[in-house]
Amino acid sequence: MSDTNLPSGPNVTLKLDRDGIIKRAFMAVIALYLIVALALPLYAMLSKSFVTYSFDLDRYEFQVSDDAGTFGPAQSAAAINEQLAVFSDGQLRTSSDGRLSATALFPDFSFRSSLKYRMRGTEEDAPYLVGLDLQNTTEWQEYDSNTFRRINLRPVKSVGVQNYFEYFSNPAMFSSIQNSVFIALVSTVLTVGAAFGFAYALNRSVMRFKGFFKLVAMMPILVPSLLPGIALIYLFGNQGMLKSVLMGHSIYGPIGIVIGSVFFTFPHAMLIISTALSIADQRQYEAAESLRASRWRTFWTVTIPGARYGLISAAFVTFTLVITDFGLPKVIGGQYNVLAIDIYKQVIGQQNFEMGAVVSVILLIPAVLAFIVDRQVQKKQVSLLSARSVPYQPKVNKQFDMLCLLWCGAMAMFIVGLILVCQYAALVQFWPYDLSLSLKNYDFNRTDGGGWAAYTNSIKLALMTAVFGTVIVFTGAYMVEKIDGLKAGRGVFQFLAMLPMAVPGMVLGLAYIFFFNDPANPLNAIYGTMTILVVSTVTHFYTVGHLTALTALKQIDGEFEPVASSLRQPFYRLFVRVTVPVCLPAILDISIYLFVNAMTTVSAVVFLYSTHTALASVAVLNMDDAGDIAPAAAMGMMIFYTNAGARLLHMLASRRILRKTQSWRGR
Amino acid sequence: MSNKPESYLQIKELWKAFGEFVALKDINLDIGKGEFICFLGPSGCGKTTLLRAVAGLDPQTRGQIFQGGQDVSNLPTSKRDYGIVFQSYALFPNLTVARNVAFGLENTGRPKADIKARVAELLALVGLPEQAEKYPAQLSGGQQQRIALARALAINPGLLLLDEPLSALDAKVRVHLRHEIKELQRKLGVTTIMVTHDQEEALSMADRIVVMNHGTVEQIGTPTEIYRAPASLFVADFIGETNKVATTYQNGRVTLGSVSLTTKMQGVAEGAAVTVAVRPEDVVPHLSTAAAAGAANLLPARLMDMEFLGSYWRCHLQSDILGGQDLIANFSINAVRRLDLKPGLEMAVELPAERVLVFAERA
Repeated sequence: MSDTNLPSGPNVTLKLDRDGIIKRAFMAVIALYLIVALALPLYAMLSKSFVTYSFDLDRYEFQVSDDAGTFGPAQSAAAINEQLAVFSDGQLRTSSDGRLSATALFPDFSFRSSLKYRMRGTEEDAPYLVGLDLQNTTEWQEYDSNTFRRINLRPVKSVGVQNYFEYFSNPAMFSSIQNSVFIALVSTVLTVGAAFGFAYALNRSVMRFKGFFKLVAMMPILVPSLLPGIALIYLFGNQGMLKSVLMGHSIYGPIGIVIGSVFFTFPHAMLIISTALSIADQRQYEAAESLRASRWRTFWTVTIPGARYGLISAAFVTFTLVITDFGLPKVIGGQYNVLAIDIYKQVIGQQNFEMGAVVSVILLIPAVLAFIVDRQVQKKQVSLLSARSVPYQPKVNKQFDMLCLLWCGAMAMFIVGLILVCQYAALVQFWPYDLSLSLKNYDFNRTDGGGWAAYTNSIKLALMTAVFGTVIVFTGAYMVEKIDGLKAGRGVFQFLAMLPMAVPGMVLGLAYIFFFNDPANPLNAIYGTMTILVVSTVTHFYTVGHLTALTALKQIDGEFEPVASSLRQPFYRLFVRVTVPVCLPAILDISIYLFVNAMTTVSAVVFLYSTHTALASVAVLNMDDAGDIAPAAAMGMMIFYTNAGARLLHMLASRRILRKTQSWRGR
Repeated sequence: MSNKPESYLQIKELWKAFGEFVALKDINLDIGKGEFICFLGPSGCGKTTLLRAVAGLDPQTRGQIFQGGQDVSNLPTSKRDYGIVFQSYALFPNLTVARNVAFGLENTGRPKADIKARVAELLALVGLPEQAEKYPAQLSGGQQQRIALARALAINPGLLLLDEPLSALDAKVRVHLRHEIKELQRKLGVTTIMVTHDQEEALSMADRIVVMNHGTVEQIGTPTEIYRAPASLFVADFIGETNKVATTYQNGRVTLGSVSLTTKMQGVAEGAAVTVAVRPEDVVPHLSTAAAAGAANLLPARLMDMEFLGSYWRCHLQSDILGGQDLIANFSINAVRRLDLKPGLEMAVELPAERVLVFAERA
């Protein structure tokens, strides 16, 4: 027998052919996309959260002359401040834009006096402004008093956990965490409960109108998350028609946020649980029945354990959606602060980007955690499926079916009801005084927020996101799934592709500001353009499309590539002729998903739009903010019509294309 | 094979490792032009790994491969010259049969009419001239595999690789297609390597069989050589059936209890621990030791049980000399009738010296 140890020497590696080079180039391009559009911005944000700016008075020295022009002794700014106690420590902490007037250190200062002032830095980095000129020198500089009044000290940058320390010592900020977690927990329990009942009825009963209920359950996906907030204001707000129902409680705050959250997270939870319930095995129920287990016992010992992964997954998805949502608390949160609002306030309100970054990092934690748990659970869910399972067939049970119908009917009323309220509010002249109908609220050009141009921009964004996003996502998934070799590279790629799911939109948007608004970045040119909106939206919704594409690609025989290559055909010919046509249903699904989400998203783009690229979803937010709630409702409904239309078109197109190109599926 | 064909494919000192696991160990092969070679072995023996190395799909870790005199060791798949057929057929589901077959012909500057003619020719060759416009899903498994074969042959490859091409098919279709593939290969004279774990398939189709086990080549030989003169106990055991007894080798003889058997096996070390192997069909029945006058290597035995298997009887015998171990023998219908063999009969069996195989125990 031969020796069993590998002889020493170099490993054989195949020469690269043209195919190999093209594949690698492709992969490099898409990996580069993910690095630039995701990894680098997140890194920029993370490092920003550790940056603090403060005025370091130790770095400056002053001399003042008497009337005769003889200068007194040099004194450091810190020493002066210590004597006079002009600035507190808190006032010395600032943002990157901070300015500190030098004259404040000299109480007797008058710009008309003939005194002269000298100043210098005591170390290398001691920046100050003379008017708009930035000075940074250790040489003495002399200024007359009229010039001296225009001198401002500039802060210096330092790196540390100071921001985090400050964040956690601020009780108002800290309470946002509690609020966010509270809201997310309550919404999760309610949504998962409601969605479970709904999904259970769809899968385990023989009630009527299942098709209709399925359709209705998906409606909330078609509108921005803040739209239910607007409807709730009309119903229960200060001038709401059902205000008395709340018995003195205010809809502005946790109640409103929770109800709205149940609305917009319902379809996500329902889909996941429904999938889990649909893979039940008839034989388990037959076994339970033959053992004379009661319905109740069967439910707890067969149904719930079978659906447990779905329930866990749905809970985490809902929790993440609620805790990272920004639109709803903005519209109906009132004074109730949550994390996502804090980011917005810090960045848009106070221009404190560093603190915004800190809140973002904190918001990342629950999202990343939920993401990790969800991935683990998903892996287990798959292994539950076996080819030999017999699908569950529900039997008629009049009482139970009626119960199911009632539950689904109630949920459908809730969903359709909120949308109808919005529609009604959008059409009413002047709520609640003049209830005659008109279309004046659709005249968006009369209100702030971007007008009809915002709507057109949204359509543009959605179309571009759908087209470019689908190309990038599908090609990327193909590279991960079907390319041989480069194992490590593909692993990194897969990680990057999964990452966006764990990154809340607000966080992504803020990260983009830090990365792309940096003048030193050569990509700075795309800041404020439609391009950055498309890039951020594609990236934000990358993961779901990626997973859809992977699932479709995994179903394709792995031996197509070797066969094509043995026939000396380039891989891209196989890709175009076979892979893409076979995956067309999945590709269409990815594109409609991207389109709908691009129409409704607020969170990432709210930081990135400019006056030329205002968007419909952001316009809803801004109009609501400005008190134009009716036009906001009208714009929200425009998004709804558009998405519903797009879905319909997608369905028709899918059917047509499938009939034409998928005739091979025949048998 | 008296006149050895000119060499076409050589594999030299080839090793393959997956991390720590060494899947192929020092493989050396020389395959002649036009030969039909089978890689045969149990699952996990490395036969598919070797095929994939030849194809360049999973390159070897060490060693060289020469094809038609050219070193192809580190050439990418597209620069090698072969056609491949997989167990899954791997037909493109959205393309018609004709387009599937034409896939390797298009995009090469051939005129359309030329391609069409070639596709028709290939479909006729595999016996499916009528199916050109159908989709793969509309064909049976056997038909799909023939289309896959036609597609692989379309580009006139110098080498045809078949990776368990028949494993997914029904038993009957399998036997039929076995014959057809062999015919086709003979007609075209294309050098062919087929991977299989089915010994019957290998025996009936191959010019030579490469028996593999644990990443090494156990034996290379024609089907008859492999069957009649297995080079190792593994080969004897894996291909066909054998009765095995452990004993020692002394002076050209092996001792079983009170009986000492002669063997023609050469090259076994004196006094070595050995396993004696005899195939059931090589056992010769006699009514008694006395009745078999002149025969050597006789064992007294009792006929315990008989199964009728159509063309022969499968008999279970026991002999005090072998202890409690069963001896399996296949007796012809004729012999059973002539000797009037019945269960319970005390009889004798002869183990012909030239059919007694002796294998030294592996260290």
